[in-house]
Amino acid sequence: MTIRHHLSNPLLMAYAAGNLSEAFGLVVATHISLCDECRARLETFEAVGGAVVDSADTVAMADGSLESVLARLGPQDAAPAPRKRGFFPAPLADYVGGDLAAVHWRPLGMGVRQAILPTARGASARLLYIPAGQAVPDHGHRGTELTLVLQGAFRDESDRFGVGDVEIATEDLEHTPVAEAGMDCICLAATDAPLRFRAMLPRLLQPIFRI
Amino acid sequence: MSGGTETDWASLMLAVRDKQDRNAFAQLFRHFAPRVKAFLMKAGSDAATAEECAQDVMATLWQKSHLYDPARASVATWVFTIARNRRIDMARKARRPEPEAVLWGPDEEPDQADVYQADQETKRLSAALADLPEKQRALIKRAFYGDLSHSEIAAETGLPLGTIKSRIRLALDRLRQKMT
Repeated sequence: MTIRHHLSNPLLMAYAAGNLSEAFGLVVATHISLCDECRARLETFEAVGGAVVDSADTVAMADGSLESVLARLGPQDAAPAPRKRGFFPAPLADYVGGDLAAVHWRPLGMGVRQAILPTARGASARLLYIPAGQAVPDHGHRGTELTLVLQGAFRDESDRFGVGDVEIATEDLEHTPVAEAGMDCICLAATDAPLRFRAMLPRLLQPIFRI
Repeated sequence: MSGGTETDWASLMLAVRDKQDRNAFAQLFRHFAPRVKAFLMKAGSDAATAEECAQDVMATLWQKSHLYDPARASVATWVFTIARNRRIDMARKARRPEPEAVLWGPDEEPDQADVYQADQETKRLSAALADLPEKQRALIKRAFYGDLSHSEIAAETGLPLGTIKSRIRLALDRLRQKMT
Protein backbone atom coordinates (compact mmCIF):
# COMPACT_ATOMS: atom_id res chain seq x y z
CA MET A 1 0.00 0.00 0.00
CA THR A 2 1.52 3.30 -1.12
CA ILE A 3 -0.37 6.23 0.34
CA ARG A 4 -0.24 9.32 -1.88
CA HIS A 5 -2.94 11.50 -0.37
CA HIS A 6 -2.36 12.45 3.27
CA LEU A 7 -4.08 14.47 5.99
CA SER A 8 -3.51 18.25 6.00
CA ASN A 9 -1.58 20.04 8.75
CA PRO A 10 -4.63 21.99 9.99
CA LEU A 11 -6.59 18.72 10.39
CA LEU A 12 -3.70 17.03 12.23
CA MET A 13 -3.12 20.05 14.45
CA ALA A 14 -6.82 20.37 15.33
CA TYR A 15 -6.88 16.62 16.17
CA ALA A 16 -3.68 16.99 18.25
CA ALA A 17 -5.31 19.89 20.09
CA GLY A 18 -8.44 17.80 20.74
CA ASN A 19 -10.62 20.16 18.77
CA LEU A 20 -11.75 18.15 15.78
CA SER A 21 -15.33 16.87 15.49
CA GLU A 22 -15.81 13.23 16.46
CA ALA A 23 -16.62 12.24 12.84
CA PHE A 24 -13.47 13.89 11.43
CA GLY A 25 -11.49 12.48 14.36
CA LEU A 26 -12.62 9.00 13.31
CA VAL A 27 -11.28 9.50 9.77
CA VAL A 28 -8.01 10.92 11.16
CA ALA A 29 -7.54 8.09 13.68
CA THR A 30 -8.31 5.47 11.02
CA HIS A 31 -5.91 6.99 8.47
CA ILE A 32 -3.14 7.30 11.10
CA SER A 33 -3.60 3.63 11.93
CA LEU A 34 -2.55 2.97 8.31
CA CYS A 35 -0.02 5.79 7.79
CA ASP A 36 3.15 6.33 9.84
CA GLU A 37 3.96 9.51 7.90
CA CYS A 38 0.83 11.21 9.25
CA ARG A 39 1.34 9.58 12.67
CA ALA A 40 4.78 11.22 12.85
CA ARG A 41 3.27 14.59 11.88
CA LEU A 42 0.51 14.16 14.47
CA GLU A 43 3.03 13.37 17.21
CA THR A 44 5.04 16.44 16.11
CA PHE A 45 1.97 18.64 16.68
CA GLU A 46 1.45 16.93 20.03
CA ALA A 47 5.04 17.98 20.83
CA VAL A 48 3.95 21.57 20.16
CA GLY A 49 1.15 20.99 22.68
CA GLY A 50 3.82 19.73 25.08
CA ALA A 51 5.81 22.92 24.58
CA VAL A 52 2.66 24.99 25.22
CA VAL A 53 2.12 23.17 28.54
CA ASP A 54 5.84 23.31 29.37
CA SER A 55 6.03 27.05 28.87
CA ALA A 56 2.64 27.75 30.45
CA ASP A 57 2.20 29.86 33.55
CA THR A 58 1.55 27.88 36.71
CA VAL A 59 -1.44 27.96 39.02
CA ALA A 60 -0.67 26.60 42.51
CA MET A 61 -2.34 23.31 43.38
CA ALA A 62 -4.56 23.22 46.49
CA ASP A 63 -3.03 22.31 49.87
CA GLY A 64 -2.76 18.57 50.34
CA SER A 65 -3.26 17.96 46.61
CA LEU A 66 -0.11 15.84 46.15
CA GLU A 67 -0.84 13.79 49.28
CA SER A 68 -4.38 13.02 48.17
CA VAL A 69 -3.17 11.91 44.72
CA LEU A 70 -0.37 9.79 46.26
CA ALA A 71 -2.98 8.15 48.50
CA ARG A 72 -5.09 7.08 45.52
CA LEU A 73 -2.27 5.67 43.35
CA GLY A 74 -2.98 2.00 42.84
CA PRO A 75 -1.46 -0.67 40.65
CA GLN A 76 -0.47 0.48 37.17
CA ASP A 77 -2.28 -0.86 34.11
CA ALA A 78 -0.49 -3.64 32.25
CA ALA A 79 0.28 -3.14 28.58
CA PRO A 80 -2.59 -4.71 26.60
CA ALA A 81 -1.87 -7.51 24.15
CA PRO A 82 -1.79 -6.21 20.58
CA ARG A 83 -5.13 -6.61 18.83
CA LYS A 84 -5.32 -8.65 15.70
CA ARG A 85 -6.18 -6.42 12.75
CA GLY A 86 -9.31 -7.36 10.86
CA PHE A 87 -10.48 -5.57 7.73
CA PHE A 88 -11.14 -2.36 9.68
CA PRO A 89 -8.38 -0.62 11.65
CA ALA A 90 -9.18 -0.63 15.41
CA PRO A 91 -10.77 2.85 15.77
CA LEU A 92 -13.21 2.12 12.94
CA ALA A 93 -13.97 -1.40 14.22
CA ASP A 94 -14.93 0.23 17.55
CA TYR A 95 -17.53 2.43 15.83
CA VAL A 96 -18.90 -0.34 13.61
CA GLY A 97 -19.06 -2.69 16.60
CA GLY A 98 -17.18 -5.39 14.72
CA ASP A 99 -15.59 -6.05 11.37
CA LEU A 100 -16.99 -5.82 7.81
CA ALA A 101 -19.67 -8.47 8.47
CA ALA A 102 -21.15 -6.33 11.29
CA VAL A 103 -21.95 -3.32 9.05
CA HIS A 104 -25.66 -2.53 8.66
CA TRP A 105 -25.75 -1.37 5.03
CA ARG A 106 -28.67 0.63 3.63
CA PRO A 107 -29.19 0.79 -0.14
CA LEU A 108 -28.88 4.17 -1.84
CA GLY A 109 -29.74 2.94 -5.33
CA MET A 110 -27.63 1.68 -8.25
CA GLY A 111 -25.88 -0.80 -5.97
CA VAL A 112 -24.41 1.96 -3.80
CA ARG A 113 -24.83 1.33 -0.08
CA GLN A 114 -24.11 3.36 3.03
CA ALA A 115 -24.02 2.86 6.79
CA ILE A 116 -24.16 5.90 9.05
CA LEU A 117 -21.91 5.60 12.12
CA PRO A 118 -22.90 6.93 15.54
CA THR A 119 -20.97 10.15 16.21
CA ALA A 120 -21.75 13.39 18.01
CA ARG A 121 -23.80 16.04 16.20
CA GLY A 122 -22.14 18.72 14.15
CA ALA A 123 -20.46 16.34 11.72
CA SER A 124 -21.33 12.89 10.46
CA ALA A 125 -19.44 9.77 9.42
CA ARG A 126 -20.54 6.90 7.25
CA LEU A 127 -19.24 3.94 5.33
CA LEU A 128 -19.87 3.89 1.59
CA TYR A 129 -19.92 0.80 -0.61
CA ILE A 130 -19.60 1.53 -4.34
CA PRO A 131 -19.69 -1.40 -6.81
CA ALA A 132 -16.72 -1.61 -9.19
CA GLY A 133 -17.15 0.73 -12.15
CA GLN A 134 -20.13 2.51 -10.56
CA ALA A 135 -20.33 6.31 -10.17
CA VAL A 136 -21.61 8.00 -7.05
CA PRO A 137 -24.14 10.60 -8.22
CA ASP A 138 -22.64 14.01 -8.88
CA HIS A 139 -22.71 15.99 -5.70
CA GLY A 140 -21.44 19.14 -4.19
CA HIS A 141 -21.21 19.73 -0.47
CA ARG A 142 -21.33 22.49 2.00
CA GLY A 143 -18.38 22.46 4.36
CA THR A 144 -15.55 19.91 4.13
CA GLU A 145 -15.83 16.23 3.20
CA LEU A 146 -13.11 13.70 4.06
CA THR A 147 -13.10 10.37 2.20
CA LEU A 148 -10.71 7.57 3.19
CA VAL A 149 -10.43 4.53 0.91
CA LEU A 150 -10.46 1.15 2.70
CA GLN A 151 -10.81 -1.18 -0.28
CA GLY A 152 -10.53 -0.74 -4.06
CA ALA A 153 -10.02 2.73 -5.51
CA PHE A 154 -11.98 5.63 -6.95
CA ARG A 155 -11.23 8.43 -9.38
CA ASP A 156 -12.80 11.83 -9.65
CA GLU A 157 -12.06 15.06 -11.51
CA SER A 158 -9.06 15.72 -9.24
CA ASP A 159 -7.10 12.43 -9.00
CA ARG A 160 -7.06 8.70 -8.22
CA PHE A 161 -7.51 7.54 -4.62
CA GLY A 162 -6.39 4.06 -3.54
CA VAL A 163 -6.36 2.18 -0.24
CA GLY A 164 -5.23 4.43 2.63
CA ASP A 165 -5.58 7.64 0.59
CA VAL A 166 -7.74 10.41 1.98
CA GLU A 167 -9.45 13.02 -0.19
CA ILE A 168 -10.09 16.38 1.44
CA ALA A 169 -12.89 17.99 -0.59
CA THR A 170 -13.87 21.54 0.16
CA GLU A 171 -17.04 23.36 -0.75
CA ASP A 172 -15.86 24.40 -4.21
CA LEU A 173 -15.21 20.85 -5.46
CA GLU A 174 -18.09 19.44 -7.47
CA HIS A 175 -17.04 15.89 -8.12
CA THR A 176 -18.26 12.59 -9.47
CA PRO A 177 -16.30 9.80 -7.80
CA VAL A 178 -16.23 6.61 -9.89
CA ALA A 179 -15.14 3.29 -8.39
CA GLU A 180 -12.38 1.63 -10.44
CA ALA A 181 -13.21 -1.52 -12.33
CA GLY A 182 -12.06 -4.81 -10.84
CA MET A 183 -12.93 -4.37 -7.18
CA ASP A 184 -15.83 -2.85 -5.25
CA CYS A 185 -14.77 0.28 -3.39
CA ILE A 186 -15.34 0.76 0.34
CA CYS A 187 -14.75 4.19 1.88
CA LEU A 188 -15.12 5.95 5.20
CA ALA A 189 -16.49 9.44 4.62
CA ALA A 190 -17.15 12.32 7.00
CA THR A 191 -18.68 15.72 6.47
CA ASP A 192 -19.12 18.71 8.75
CA ALA A 193 -22.19 19.97 6.90
CA PRO A 194 -25.57 18.50 7.87
CA LEU A 195 -26.39 15.29 6.04
CA ARG A 196 -29.28 16.04 3.71
CA PHE A 197 -30.09 12.40 3.31
CA ARG A 198 -32.38 11.09 6.02
CA ALA A 199 -33.94 7.67 6.43
CA MET A 200 -37.31 9.37 6.86
CA LEU A 201 -37.27 10.78 3.35
CA PRO A 202 -39.42 8.95 0.81
CA ARG A 203 -37.52 6.07 -0.77
CA LEU A 204 -37.92 7.76 -4.15
CA LEU A 205 -35.55 10.46 -3.09
CA GLN A 206 -32.90 8.10 -1.81
CA PRO A 207 -30.79 7.92 -5.00
CA ILE A 208 -30.60 11.71 -5.11
CA PHE A 209 -28.69 12.08 -1.88
CA ARG A 210 -26.77 15.28 -1.33
CA ILE A 211 -23.85 15.27 1.01
CA MET B 1 15.70 19.10 43.82
CA SER B 2 16.12 21.89 41.29
CA GLY B 3 12.63 21.79 39.79
CA GLY B 4 14.15 23.89 37.02
CA THR B 5 14.74 23.21 33.37
CA GLU B 6 17.72 20.94 34.05
CA THR B 7 15.67 18.23 35.75
CA ASP B 8 15.69 14.97 33.81
CA TRP B 9 11.97 14.34 33.46
CA ALA B 10 12.40 11.28 31.24
CA SER B 11 14.40 9.42 33.91
CA LEU B 12 11.81 10.30 36.55
CA MET B 13 9.01 9.09 34.28
CA LEU B 14 10.87 5.84 33.54
CA ALA B 15 11.32 5.34 37.31
CA VAL B 16 7.54 5.73 37.68
CA ARG B 17 6.85 3.36 34.80
CA ASP B 18 9.42 0.67 35.57
CA LYS B 19 9.93 0.90 39.35
CA GLN B 20 6.66 2.41 40.62
CA ASP B 21 8.83 5.13 42.20
CA ARG B 22 6.54 7.40 44.25
CA ASN B 23 9.29 9.95 44.98
CA ALA B 24 9.87 10.38 41.24
CA PHE B 25 6.11 10.76 40.85
CA ALA B 26 6.05 13.50 43.52
CA GLN B 27 8.74 15.45 41.64
CA LEU B 28 6.82 15.16 38.38
CA PHE B 29 3.64 16.24 40.19
CA ARG B 30 5.25 19.37 41.67
CA HIS B 31 6.45 20.48 38.26
CA PHE B 32 3.61 19.46 35.96
CA ALA B 33 0.39 19.62 38.04
CA PRO B 34 0.47 23.47 38.37
CA ARG B 35 1.10 23.75 34.62
CA VAL B 36 -1.75 21.38 33.77
CA LYS B 37 -4.03 23.36 36.09
CA ALA B 38 -3.05 26.60 34.35
CA PHE B 39 -3.52 24.95 30.93
CA LEU B 40 -7.03 23.72 31.81
CA MET B 41 -8.02 27.14 33.16
CA LYS B 42 -6.80 28.79 29.93
CA ALA B 43 -8.91 26.22 28.09
CA GLY B 44 -11.97 27.47 29.97
CA SER B 45 -12.21 25.52 33.25
CA ASP B 46 -12.96 27.19 36.56
CA ALA B 47 -10.29 26.80 39.27
CA ALA B 48 -12.05 24.01 41.21
CA THR B 49 -12.64 21.88 38.09
CA ALA B 50 -9.09 22.50 36.88
CA GLU B 51 -7.70 21.42 40.28
CA GLU B 52 -9.73 18.19 40.20
CA CYS B 53 -8.81 17.46 36.58
CA ALA B 54 -5.11 18.22 37.09
CA GLN B 55 -5.15 15.65 39.93
CA ASP B 56 -6.83 13.14 37.60
CA VAL B 57 -4.27 13.85 34.86
CA MET B 58 -1.39 13.17 37.26
CA ALA B 59 -3.05 9.97 38.55
CA THR B 60 -3.47 8.83 34.91
CA LEU B 61 0.23 9.52 34.28
CA TRP B 62 0.92 6.92 36.98
CA GLN B 63 -1.75 4.42 36.05
CA LYS B 64 -1.18 4.40 32.29
CA SER B 65 2.59 4.80 32.39
CA HIS B 66 2.98 1.82 30.03
CA LEU B 67 1.79 4.14 27.24
CA TYR B 68 4.75 6.51 27.76
CA ASP B 69 7.32 6.03 24.98
CA PRO B 70 10.38 8.23 25.66
CA ALA B 71 11.68 7.67 22.12
CA ARG B 72 8.66 9.46 20.66
CA ALA B 73 7.32 11.90 23.25
CA SER B 74 8.80 14.13 25.94
CA VAL B 75 7.20 13.96 29.39
CA ALA B 76 5.65 17.38 28.73
CA THR B 77 4.10 16.06 25.51
CA TRP B 78 2.83 12.93 27.26
CA VAL B 79 1.30 15.09 30.01
CA PHE B 80 -0.27 17.34 27.37
CA THR B 81 -1.97 14.39 25.61
CA ILE B 82 -3.45 13.15 28.91
CA ALA B 83 -4.67 16.67 29.78
CA ARG B 84 -6.17 17.07 26.31
CA ASN B 85 -8.06 13.78 26.61
CA ARG B 86 -9.30 14.78 30.08
CA ARG B 87 -10.53 18.09 28.65
CA ILE B 88 -12.51 16.20 25.97
CA ASP B 89 -14.00 13.87 28.62
CA MET B 90 -14.98 16.90 30.66
CA ALA B 91 -16.95 18.37 27.79
CA ARG B 92 -18.78 14.97 27.66
CA LYS B 93 -20.02 15.82 24.22
CA ALA B 94 -18.04 13.31 22.19
CA ARG B 95 -15.76 10.31 22.29
CA ARG B 96 -12.24 10.67 20.98
CA PRO B 97 -11.37 8.05 18.35
CA GLU B 98 -7.76 6.97 19.00
CA PRO B 99 -5.38 5.51 16.40
CA GLU B 100 -4.13 1.96 16.92
CA ALA B 101 -1.25 2.09 19.39
CA VAL B 102 2.30 1.39 18.21
CA LEU B 103 4.21 0.39 21.33
CA TRP B 104 7.31 -1.50 22.40
CA GLY B 105 6.76 -5.07 23.52
CA PRO B 106 7.75 -6.09 27.05
CA ASP B 107 11.14 -7.40 25.89
CA GLU B 108 12.01 -4.55 23.54
CA GLU B 109 13.18 -1.11 24.52
CA PRO B 110 14.11 1.98 22.48
CA ASP B 111 17.81 2.84 22.16
CA GLN B 112 19.06 4.80 25.14
CA ALA B 113 20.40 7.46 22.78
CA ASP B 114 16.84 8.20 21.62
CA VAL B 115 15.37 8.43 25.08
CA TYR B 116 16.55 11.90 26.08
CA GLN B 117 16.12 13.52 22.65
CA ALA B 118 12.43 14.26 23.06
CA ASP B 119 12.85 16.20 26.32
CA GLN B 120 15.64 18.25 24.72
CA GLU B 121 13.39 18.99 21.76
CA THR B 122 10.58 20.22 24.01
CA LYS B 123 13.02 22.70 25.57
CA ARG B 124 14.11 23.92 22.13
CA LEU B 125 10.50 24.07 20.96
CA SER B 126 9.47 26.11 24.04
CA ALA B 127 12.30 28.54 23.26
CA ALA B 128 11.25 28.74 19.59
CA LEU B 129 7.65 29.36 20.68
CA ALA B 130 8.83 32.21 22.93
CA ASP B 131 10.75 33.72 19.99
CA LEU B 132 7.71 33.85 17.67
CA PRO B 133 5.99 37.18 17.07
CA GLU B 134 3.31 37.67 19.75
CA LYS B 135 0.40 37.34 17.33
CA GLN B 136 1.63 34.01 15.95
CA ARG B 137 2.42 32.60 19.41
CA ALA B 138 -1.05 33.60 20.63
CA LEU B 139 -2.66 31.77 17.68
CA ILE B 140 -0.75 28.54 18.40
CA LYS B 141 -1.68 28.69 22.08
CA ARG B 142 -5.32 29.33 21.24
CA ALA B 143 -5.28 26.29 18.94
CA PHE B 144 -4.04 24.09 21.79
CA TYR B 145 -6.52 25.55 24.28
CA GLY B 146 -9.16 24.24 21.88
CA ASP B 147 -10.28 27.66 20.65
CA LEU B 148 -9.67 27.18 16.92
CA SER B 149 -11.37 24.84 14.46
CA HIS B 150 -9.37 23.11 11.71
CA SER B 151 -10.54 25.70 9.20
CA GLU B 152 -9.24 28.50 11.45
CA ILE B 153 -5.82 26.89 11.95
CA ALA B 154 -3.02 28.12 9.67
CA ALA B 155 -1.12 25.54 7.63
CA GLU B 156 2.23 26.96 8.80
CA THR B 157 3.11 27.34 12.47
CA GLY B 158 6.40 29.19 11.95
CA LEU B 159 8.04 26.64 14.28
CA PRO B 160 10.99 24.44 13.20
CA LEU B 161 9.24 21.06 13.25
CA GLY B 162 11.09 19.18 10.49
CA THR B 163 13.76 17.53 12.65
CA ILE B 164 11.21 16.46 15.26
CA LYS B 165 9.05 14.83 12.61
CA SER B 166 12.06 13.03 11.08
CA ARG B 167 13.12 11.66 14.46
CA ILE B 168 9.62 10.39 15.31
CA ARG B 169 9.40 8.84 11.85
CA LEU B 170 12.68 6.98 12.43
CA ALA B 171 11.52 5.81 15.87
CA LEU B 172 8.31 4.47 14.29
CA ASP B 173 10.28 2.70 11.53
CA ARG B 174 12.48 0.99 14.15
CA LEU B 175 9.41 -0.05 16.10
CA ARG B 176 7.78 -1.51 13.00
CA GLN B 177 10.92 -3.49 12.21
CA LYS B 178 10.91 -5.01 15.71
CA MET B 179 7.24 -5.85 15.43
CA THR B 180 7.58 -7.87 12.24
